[in-house]
Amino acid sequence: MKQAININVNGVARTDEVEPRLLLVHYLREVLALTGTHVGCETSICGACTVMLDGQAVKSCTMFAVQANGGNITTIEGLATNGELHAVQEGFWEQHGLQCGYCTPGMIMAGAQLLDRNADPSREEIRHGLEGNLCRCTGYQHIVEAVEYAAKRAVTGKS
Amino acid sequence: MSKFVGKRIKRTEDPRLIKGLAHYVDDIRLPDTLHVAFVRSMYAHARINGVDAGEALKAPGVVAVYTGKDVAQKIGPVPCAGALPDLRVPDYRVLATDKVLFVGHPIAAVVATDRYAARDAVDLVSVDYEELPAVIDVEEAAKGRDVIHEEFGDNIAYKLTSGEGDIEAAMKSSDHVVKQRMVHQRLAPIAMEPRGVLARYFPGEEELTIWSSTQIPHLLRTQLALMIGIPENKLRVITPEVGGGFGSKLNVYAEEALLGWISIQLGKPAKWIETRRENMQATIHGRGQVGYVEIGCRNDGTITGLRYNVFADLGAYHQLLTPAIPTLTGLMLSGAYKIPAIQMNVTGVFTNKMATDAYRGAGRPEATYVVERAIDLVAAELKMDPLEVRRKNFPAASEFPFHTATGLDYDSGDYEAALNKAIERSDYQKLRAEQKKARAEGKLVGIGVSSYVEICALGPSQAMPAGGWESATVRIEPTGKVTIMTGASPHGQGQETSFAQIAADELGVDINDVTVIHGDTSIVQYGIGTFGSRATAVGGTAVLIAIQRLIEKATKIAAHMMQVEAAKVKFHEGVFSVAAAAAAAGDSSTSTAPSRTSVSIQEVALAAHVAKEIPPDTEPGLSATYFFEPKNFTFPFGTHICVVEIDKDTGETKIVRYIAVDDCGKVINPMLVDGQVHGGIVQAIGQALYEEVVYDEQGQLVTGELMDYALPKASQLPWFELDRTETPSPVNPLGVKGVGEAGTIGATPAIVNAIVDALSQYGVKHIDMPARPEMIWRIIAGG
Repeated sequence: MKQAININVNGVARTDEVEPRLLLVHYLREVLALTGTHVGCETSICGACTVMLDGQAVKSCTMFAVQANGGNITTIEGLATNGELHAVQEGFWEQHGLQCGYCTPGMIMAGAQLLDRNADPSREEIRHGLEGNLCRCTGYQHIVEAVEYAAKRAVTGKS
Repeated sequence: MSKFVGKRIKRTEDPRLIKGLAHYVDDIRLPDTLHVAFVRSMYAHARINGVDAGEALKAPGVVAVYTGKDVAQKIGPVPCAGALPDLRVPDYRVLATDKVLFVGHPIAAVVATDRYAARDAVDLVSVDYEELPAVIDVEEAAKGRDVIHEEFGDNIAYKLTSGEGDIEAAMKSSDHVVKQRMVHQRLAPIAMEPRGVLARYFPGEEELTIWSSTQIPHLLRTQLALMIGIPENKLRVITPEVGGGFGSKLNVYAEEALLGWISIQLGKPAKWIETRRENMQATIHGRGQVGYVEIGCRNDGTITGLRYNVFADLGAYHQLLTPAIPTLTGLMLSGAYKIPAIQMNVTGVFTNKMATDAYRGAGRPEATYVVERAIDLVAAELKMDPLEVRRKNFPAASEFPFHTATGLDYDSGDYEAALNKAIERSDYQKLRAEQKKARAEGKLVGIGVSSYVEICALGPSQAMPAGGWESATVRIEPTGKVTIMTGASPHGQGQETSFAQIAADELGVDINDVTVIHGDTSIVQYGIGTFGSRATAVGGTAVLIAIQRLIEKATKIAAHMMQVEAAKVKFHEGVFSVAAAAAAAGDSSTSTAPSRTSVSIQEVALAAHVAKEIPPDTEPGLSATYFFEPKNFTFPFGTHICVVEIDKDTGETKIVRYIAVDDCGKVINPMLVDGQVHGGIVQAIGQALYEEVVYDEQGQLVTGELMDYALPKASQLPWFELDRTETPSPVNPLGVKGVGEAGTIGATPAIVNAIVDALSQYGVKHIDMPARPEMIWRIIAGG
């Protein structure tokens, strides 16, 4: 039996009828065709599926769409504003924070969350903040530098 | 001169990836797509007495269920390209028929209208199993008490001896012979994007398109055409964005053929996206060797000979390169040293597990680990500094090309220079002094060194199962935009950028005017693919030479446009020009004054296509294709130094410093090279400290998810201190060697050597990987 949900995704209000067991990530990918959010492990270990729900980074592969009912979701597709990249997106590009790109959307969402909570993190704090996201390509060092770059840009951007 | 090559250029592929707008297989959505889920064996070894799909077929949304019997005569076996003398090759059907041989072995394919329905129906398929004894331990398997493939009589797939020199005499003449058993545990490659296949058959055109997350689109096309029985020119393989491979997608898998065949049967698109559990069970594993090394040396540290007797855990079946991987180990057993006699005796053994195959490094990390650990064992035996044993046995820079007793000719190198740079960067003497102080304070600090050589740019066709060349087409469109089609198939390496760097410099165009196309067999000329650190050295060279040919032709057209002899035309930074004096003299053949003294390559491209102003003997259009066949492999090298501190209370190893000096020849883009080195080292750290595919005695896969299989996390890693030396390779005109696997090959022994050094006060001479805290804690507690 399908259930109605009202969700705001990337600033667009949506009403959809979904099966209660439909995972949030499948709702985003298959119902809304927002395929930038990826599935890497189905057990909330890898973080490839990370999206923002009401400002909190959540792993959309272990959450039902109905649990997000009434919420505001931001996915990687909605992170840039008016065509301008988010500072963390820019940092990933500038600092070669990605190779195959599969973990990248989730990693960027986690990086953005990290900077929301701590605008000037140390390298150790960045590494700790990204513990819930796995990358097999980069060895993380350039990702740490990408987040550092974003933190600096956010500071200079405000001044 | 070069504006782009050698520079830190941001990747052109990144914008789509950081915006979430790229397309991996599962992101491609076609109308009426059917979804496939697999029934897989829950036993390591069992007879199948029956498969009943009756209930599944009644389930909502289910369209079809195919079992082994349905497809056995329709789809050819999963291919193995490894050709070794007397190799036993089991008949590897895409779905199990009468027996299952590993946990995860596919038994039936369920096809339904959506992925949830397909997954639900998997549970409704009833399989009647009769469990058989599981053959798990590789050394026990070699004894053959229980046999996996009855037709062979035992579990031995092959035995092979390789190497040169009189090993017996070498060992007899040694002052010392040190022996050690070494285990290279099974690893899972874990590309973050699991495998996935989408197949679409067009019944009218009789054409099949397969999107697959693969490293080898063309080789896959050839093999799938043979398996499915469709003409190769009616089959199109597309690799969209590929989310990592590390060798695991350098293969031809049962699911790829099945999906194509199912789409043909049902006339609709069919999609299968691997779950992580399936990925752990049924995507190839790496490593899996249990070996016994013997190394002979003189009192002064000179190595006299090395023997490696090894059991290779091949798994139940051969995937594409399964039996060939241990032979790469044999090739690299000379490491960075002059060793006059080397012998490897390999026994390839079937076990009730998933096949092992190429995982980043593919046989070479095992060799480097054996050699670099053995060198440290020699140092310990002789009470010498491990650096001195290394120095003593390096070939000098003047000795290259250097012939090894494994039958290779190393192209170029200066091993001592890389070692010296690593010593300098790490301030090695100070590290040793600090270690002494730390030990006095009761701390467990260890320093480990690894001087590695790897074999890359695979490779000359004579040494490869299916051709070792690579192809490129370079075309300048009428509007002056440059299109490169490469047979390489990058999946994170960044060759859309690095190949564009080469092209932009050679053609004198803006890098943003260059597009690199790869991974579509209907667009790109036949190619080999991306693996074995080959894409830049072999594929990049193909791009370079294709451009040179294109410029030759463009020069003729430019000369015609300027009405001068081609020999008088110079090409520089995108402009063909003729010197003023030559221009004044005009073209001797026509004696008319030239109308212009320079034309841009874009103007030439337009002229070549409009074809009104080209020499009469010249073909219209402006493109060139080149297939580059390398004459040798390349041999990158370097020295890594690792400092660890072990927590005495928990046994946990922390890497305090990591210094890597790598020499991958000429560098096209230093930022991309650093990224490759970082990623490679972290996979080595994974092997050294965390990762292991574990099957229990019954052959159950204990590490079946990322909850159980420990990938390194950001918080567990040190800050890598990288440096380089640059010794160009003479094998290709770019002078590049390759870097994709360097970290994984070079780093593992540096870490383990450091741990052994830290634990030396407990009499530890060797430990097996992964160096789990519990094992180390037991050593400390026991000591």
